[in-house]
Amino acid sequence: MATSHIYARRRLKNIIAMVLSVLATGVGLLFLAWILWETLSQGISALKPQLFTRITAYREEGGLANAMVGSLILNSLGILIATPIGVMAGTWLSEYSLRSRLGPVIRFLNDILLSAPSIVLGLFAYTIIVLPMKWATNGDITFSGFAGGIALALIALPVIVRTTDEMLRLVPSTLREAALSLGVPQWKLTVQILIRSARSGIVTGVLLALARISGETAPLLFTAFGNNFMTFNPLDKMPSLPQVIYEYTKDPSPDINTLAWAGAFVLTMFVLLLSLTARFAFSRSKVSND
Amino acid sequence: MTNMNEAAPSFAATAQASASDGTMAAAKMTVRDLNFHYGEFHALKNIAMDIPEKKVTAIIGPSGCGKSTLLRIFNRIYAIYPKLVASGEIVLDGENILDPKYSLNRLRSKVGMVFQKPVPFPMTIFENVAYGIRHHEKLSRADMEIRVEQALRSAALWDEVKDKLKQSALGLSGGQQQRLCIARGIALKPEVLLLDEPTSALDPIATSRIEQLVEELKNDFTIVIVTHNMQQAARCSDLTAFMYMGELIEFDRTEKIFTKPNKKQTEDYITGRFG
Amino acid sequence: MHASVNPTVSPARQAEAARNARDARNDRVFGWVLKSCALLVLVALLGAAASTLWGGSDAFGTFGWGFLTSDAWDPGNDRYGALVPVMGTVITALIALIIAVPISFGIALFLTEIAPSWLRGPVSSAIELLAGIPSIIYGMWGLFIFAPFVAAHVKPWLMNNFSDTPPDGQISWLVQHVPWIAKFFSSEYPFFGAGVLTAGMVLAIMIIPFISSVMREVFQTVPTRLKESAYALGSSTWEVVWDIVLPYTRSAVIGGVFLGLGRALGETMAVAFVLGNTFKFTPSILETGSSIASTIANQFGEAEGLQKSALMALAFLLFVVTFIVLLIARLMLRQLGNKEGR
Repeated sequence: MATSHIYARRRLKNIIAMVLSVLATGVGLLFLAWILWETLSQGISALKPQLFTRITAYREEGGLANAMVGSLILNSLGILIATPIGVMAGTWLSEYSLRSRLGPVIRFLNDILLSAPSIVLGLFAYTIIVLPMKWATNGDITFSGFAGGIALALIALPVIVRTTDEMLRLVPSTLREAALSLGVPQWKLTVQILIRSARSGIVTGVLLALARISGETAPLLFTAFGNNFMTFNPLDKMPSLPQVIYEYTKDPSPDINTLAWAGAFVLTMFVLLLSLTARFAFSRSKVSND
Repeated sequence: MTNMNEAAPSFAATAQASASDGTMAAAKMTVRDLNFHYGEFHALKNIAMDIPEKKVTAIIGPSGCGKSTLLRIFNRIYAIYPKLVASGEIVLDGENILDPKYSLNRLRSKVGMVFQKPVPFPMTIFENVAYGIRHHEKLSRADMEIRVEQALRSAALWDEVKDKLKQSALGLSGGQQQRLCIARGIALKPEVLLLDEPTSALDPIATSRIEQLVEELKNDFTIVIVTHNMQQAARCSDLTAFMYMGELIEFDRTEKIFTKPNKKQTEDYITGRFG
Repeated sequence: MHASVNPTVSPARQAEAARNARDARNDRVFGWVLKSCALLVLVALLGAAASTLWGGSDAFGTFGWGFLTSDAWDPGNDRYGALVPVMGTVITALIALIIAVPISFGIALFLTEIAPSWLRGPVSSAIELLAGIPSIIYGMWGLFIFAPFVAAHVKPWLMNNFSDTPPDGQISWLVQHVPWIAKFFSSEYPFFGAGVLTAGMVLAIMIIPFISSVMREVFQTVPTRLKESAYALGSSTWEVVWDIVLPYTRSAVIGGVFLGLGRALGETMAVAFVLGNTFKFTPSILETGSSIASTIANQFGEAEGLQKSALMALAFLLFVVTFIVLLIARLMLRQLGNKEGR
């Protein structure tokens, strides 16, 4: 009698927990669907060719061409700066820090940098690039694409450091031993064998970093600042897609808001495609490592 | 380098029986008073043994007995990890290789190693073999091709790969990859070849090919092979060392170890009573 | 090979000595270059802290400790205090956690114990897609879609039940008997969707994928034999999770929660639109407010002098707080790594 009572209570508790768990998953998926749906439907209805051909200076009659070009330049700058540094730092962590007490500390701090507030990193770039340039040029150059690139590089750096470190540590240690037992020096082993074996994993890290910085807005506000005209000069103020979306969302004009949705659509598609590509590259790299 | 005292008295001679055996060839490597520590753990205790030239010496013992550790000291590959300390001496051609002044480049060109799992480098078959040579010698393209071919022939792999030298080594079968690794090792023309359980990841057919190869290679090289497979030791070695718990229990002619071992522990292991 | 005792050094030996020296030098140089790159990570963190502290030194100097406790934010009179943005940051992040932690737990439970295996891959990828959406998109969606939704459906219900100025005019039984509860649910503009609660909810959606993926990963590290032995005793799925999996992974789960908290504290764009950016101190979660990051994003561009310094000072506070939160998170998560390693 008593035991069957216990069983019933336990089963009920279990069923409730299971139902809540399924509901929670449903809520998560619902919001994903909701956000994607709004971005898609509002964005597609706002898509028009001039989005890609005209610049933001024309406002309602314009497009986002300069912002897209700006984003391309800023992201490229960020990746070009962060990739060599990040790969080398990650390589040091994985291959050289074995005997150094600094290794675990830097690995740990890198993980913190990975989730540090991007707006603070933007202010850091403002302090070390924008302000000195302003003083050095008597105010001719203040905000610049270069400063934006540095800010984005600061955000991309920990992503690349971490994936490089992890991917290199996945390389079996016998490969290192085999090369060293041939008398190959460590730097050659690292460059010619280890980085080559971990190549696709490292590329994945760079793609993930690119996906991460393409959506960043906050650190660009006080570094690249924005520009209503097309510019290719990294010392100029430079617009970017997220920054224009930010400005256009704040704008009271509904027509401008519509353009913001179109930009949001382009940005989201770009970022999601990038992370899918990265995932694909990674799954391939995993197979080839086995 | 300054250590020319070949005739150092053999202290802690745990298993010196073989040295007195009249059939022994000249010692290529002489291990004396070798101790190895991993942090607090005393992994090898007072090892002393003479490894004869151009013979196959097998090291057997239950897992964790230190047989691989011993092998990994012979070319100081252990030194890439922190907290590992070897003391004592290993004399190769009259010089102590554990002396920090002994050049790693020279040691590794004289002592080659093949690992448990085949580890081809992520490059072409040709480059896999040429890669190590290039670091030690400057050869013309033609000379390099000859060297690579020689190495691949010695490793009994040439006929299988001669048409696909430009293909990635990762496409070879496990047995072929392992023979490629042997080719890579002998391409440097080492004097000693260390094999660390070279067949444990291979199927029986590939295993027997490697064993045949070992038989052929001993004409040119001094071979030390670590194996967990007693039949393999019995089949292809001239001498066998039995290790247990970091100590060298017995070292003698293979035939003797497998038929009339001196020590009870050896007999127990050979007959499968533990291990 | 300087220590050779042999008086006749062969040319081969000399060449080898030269090669050894060259290899050693190249290895050293290579190591230094790599190490200096790794040190840049340190420089980035220290630099971010130092530059905001330096930029905020004016404000810290002018207001002293009062900067932390003052609720003034008055560019007109050049008086600034951190209290309102700090409170806004903390409260929105806490609301986000209260919503996101149970949902993330449910998702992790679903993905590790309940879902059939064919469903696990697609669902976890979909949840992780949420993490890939740029935060500015969350901000837009929050402003144009979610805030109106909150204004139309969530806020009226909350005010009807918990405030003393309900839109339907009937003060609820709860508020009649527990009057102080109304303080947290009052709103001057009942039909305005932006506010602390809305911002917290948007943040919650943003951090769900981070927390749930950490939870899922750590749940998967529980040894199968442990779970199987509990199932063998007749435990239900829920009992296995609650009595075996959670205790086993406790520190890492807390680490995951703190990781989410760190994200929520530092997030800018998702809350910049839906928080309202007002600087009045109020306990109500239905009122508008401001956070550190949104204040910086909105004002730094046009700020000069002391205001700029005050914003830098805010950034320094944000950096220090998130650093501590993330430090705790990583320390908690590291214990899991140790457990796996053993």
